[in-house]
Amino acid sequence: MERAVARDYSRSRIHPKKFALWVACGSILMMFAAFTSAYVVRQAQGNWLEFELPNVFFVSTAVILLSSLSIHLAYRAFKGGNERLYKGLLVLTFILGIAFLILQYQGWLAMSHIGIELTTNPSGSFIYVISGVHAAHILGGLAALIIALIHAFALKYQVTPARKLRLEMTMTYWHFVDFLWIYLLIFFITQS
Amino acid sequence: MANDVMTKTTQEEDVLIQELGYDDHFHEHHEGDKYQSNFITTYIFSQDHKMIAKQFLITGMFWGFVGGLMSLIFRLQLGFPEESLAWLKPMLGKWIQVNDAGIGTLAPDFYYALVTMHGTILVFFVLTAGLSGTFSNLLIPLQVGARDMASPLLNMFSYWFFFLAGVIMFASLFVSTGPFSGGWTAYPPLSALPQANSGSGAGMTLWLVSLTLFVVSVLLGGINYITTVLNLRTKGMTMWRLPLTIWAFFITAVIGLLSFPVLVSAFLLLMFDRSLGTSFYLSEIFTGGQALDFAGGSPVLYQHLFWFLGHPEVYIIILPAMGIVSEVLSVHSRKPVFGYKAMVYSILAIAFLSFIVWAHHMFMSGVNPFISNFFVIFTLIIAVPSAVKVFNWIATLYGGNIRFNSASLFGIGFVSMFISGGLTGIFLGNSAIDIQMHDTYFVVAHFHIVMGVAAFFGMFAGIYNWYPKMYGRFMNETLGRIHFWGTLIGAYAIFWPMHYLGMAGVPRRYYSFDSFDAFKHFAGMNKFITIAAILVFAVQVIFIINFFYSIWKGKKMTTRNPWGASTLEWTTPVETGHGNWPGNIPTVQRWPYDYGKDGREFISQVEPLSEQEKKAGVNH
Repeated sequence: MERAVARDYSRSRIHPKKFALWVACGSILMMFAAFTSAYVVRQAQGNWLEFELPNVFFVSTAVILLSSLSIHLAYRAFKGGNERLYKGLLVLTFILGIAFLILQYQGWLAMSHIGIELTTNPSGSFIYVISGVHAAHILGGLAALIIALIHAFALKYQVTPARKLRLEMTMTYWHFVDFLWIYLLIFFITQS
Repeated sequence: MANDVMTKTTQEEDVLIQELGYDDHFHEHHEGDKYQSNFITTYIFSQDHKMIAKQFLITGMFWGFVGGLMSLIFRLQLGFPEESLAWLKPMLGKWIQVNDAGIGTLAPDFYYALVTMHGTILVFFVLTAGLSGTFSNLLIPLQVGARDMASPLLNMFSYWFFFLAGVIMFASLFVSTGPFSGGWTAYPPLSALPQANSGSGAGMTLWLVSLTLFVVSVLLGGINYITTVLNLRTKGMTMWRLPLTIWAFFITAVIGLLSFPVLVSAFLLLMFDRSLGTSFYLSEIFTGGQALDFAGGSPVLYQHLFWFLGHPEVYIIILPAMGIVSEVLSVHSRKPVFGYKAMVYSILAIAFLSFIVWAHHMFMSGVNPFISNFFVIFTLIIAVPSAVKVFNWIATLYGGNIRFNSASLFGIGFVSMFISGGLTGIFLGNSAIDIQMHDTYFVVAHFHIVMGVAAFFGMFAGIYNWYPKMYGRFMNETLGRIHFWGTLIGAYAIFWPMHYLGMAGVPRRYYSFDSFDAFKHFAGMNKFITIAAILVFAVQVIFIINFFYSIWKGKKMTTRNPWGASTLEWTTPVETGHGNWPGNIPTVQRWPYDYGKDGREFISQVEPLSEQEKKAGVNH
């Protein structure tokens, strides 16, 4: 039925599922907008411990940016018929995604090391919670990447519209969580 | 299709659908049959939007019954505080305390739990899921000319997340410490400190989990509704040819998608405060003489986040009802809806304004009075699009050839309720008057009439109107009218007197007024309200009986378009199978409100413009 409903979309400019993904990204964005506005409101009320964001968060940012680049190239390799490059870059993206999570964890350890625990002050609590919820969304992206990897290695290489759409949606979501982290990092830097 | 009597009109429509419609090759693949092959895929884990709509409706009715019953129990306490409630002991157990003389009283803690659960259940489970879930699912694919939702699978998940949320909420009613009892808004610290109240422990944890799952359900549904409306409209169905129901459901989904994630954020921070010792909402607090380990949190922060959802939520509840009523009134007064574009623009205006008025729930929570001024102004501006809609409904009815049946009566009743409740909103929107009115029965009367009863009226109008589409039979008309008049008179009898209580300063959420000299003399009025509430509940039982009786024994629908409506859902066969149209998908040639035009009662949306109309420059 899934296929039955989503068959002939030559009439619409964007595939409904892709559109649905964008709408879902919009609602995720609202969730983080709520977190960051809560941060601003709470900060304005005083009793706010200032501290410098650990440098490891900048390393993780570089890693997630690289992973965005690699999934983009993987998608182009897939479309362009370069099977080996496509598979390799997809694996690389997955590894970079895991590395990002490990680095975020290192960031939390670094915060704890300078005495900012989860409950020390709301200024730190917000960073733990916001980056934690973001990490949960990265996990969702990794789950999508695992499915993409299974498709890449278990199925015979073939460029079909359905597989193109699937990979494109995985890529869109991955770019989205990347962009989300950039937004959060810039927010943290400018606010503290 | 066997009992589908073809009239001349329906035959002509079918010819038009075959000639002008387009073949999307849907029926060449038999996925539909495959997915509806056995009992489980047809009735339980169904991916068909019409079945999911029925699931939402019946689950919503169950919760409506439970939530209504709760209000009866606390109304008994308020109306008859002296009477013994010992007879409720078999049902409520330890929540009824029976003294040595055999007099049973409701436990105060449980009174608060009942009030809290009544609010939570009615707002979220009945008027959000039961109303928008039912009719968005039923009508969006049928009225825009789609085979099903954009993702039937997510649509199925949407229902089952709602079901799961319901199971958890229901379980919370039975934990030994009782369900959450700090009010449906769940303000901290009552909601954030497990030791604050007996219901703040396990009851609150279950409440949070349940509502988080509920938000997932709303988001999955909303993503589908938006995508379906924007991407799966049939040929010729431009946005300006959408029935007002679809406009309302579409904008409702947009509002929900923007506001519900904020509630999840608020809940998440609350969970951290509850379980992991953070101080987002909790400041220096003493309980039982002991200082707790929290510092510098802001309970008002929660209120901001909550009402950023909470206010749009009331429009999530009322907009679908408005859309349904616009459609029902137009069909049953045999007239085009008055001011179609004004209706759409006022929906958009209400949706926009709904996001910048949230602090009017917090005038007395310590919000800066200068900031309050902005919220007062935007709140009062909502009266403008609301008044436009009311004017248009009345103008639609004016001079119409009105069929007074259960559906249209509830539609007219909606307009009455919306006016009555809307007017008191203008009082409460003023922060100065709110100093006297806040947290009184005036507020209770206002929001129950304008978003509670009014939304129910819209829902009933929709149920009576589209029941034949859902079950192929009609509901009993006599019982429907008893239901309408009982509800209309009863609801006014309940909530009208509450305005006077509120103006006299009677606070809401109080367990008993016995010890307040100022409020003692309202005992008679409270008794009257309780009796009216019992009557209204009894009438709803009639509705439920009528609903289920008619599924099997109601009068059969013989023609597929019993109301003579011009929208697409009535061009499908009486027994609408999966995929909605047995052959081609119809294309849309005109707007949905051609009633009483060119000497004809109605012109279906599938009928092309006549030469005459083309000459006259009709373009909608």
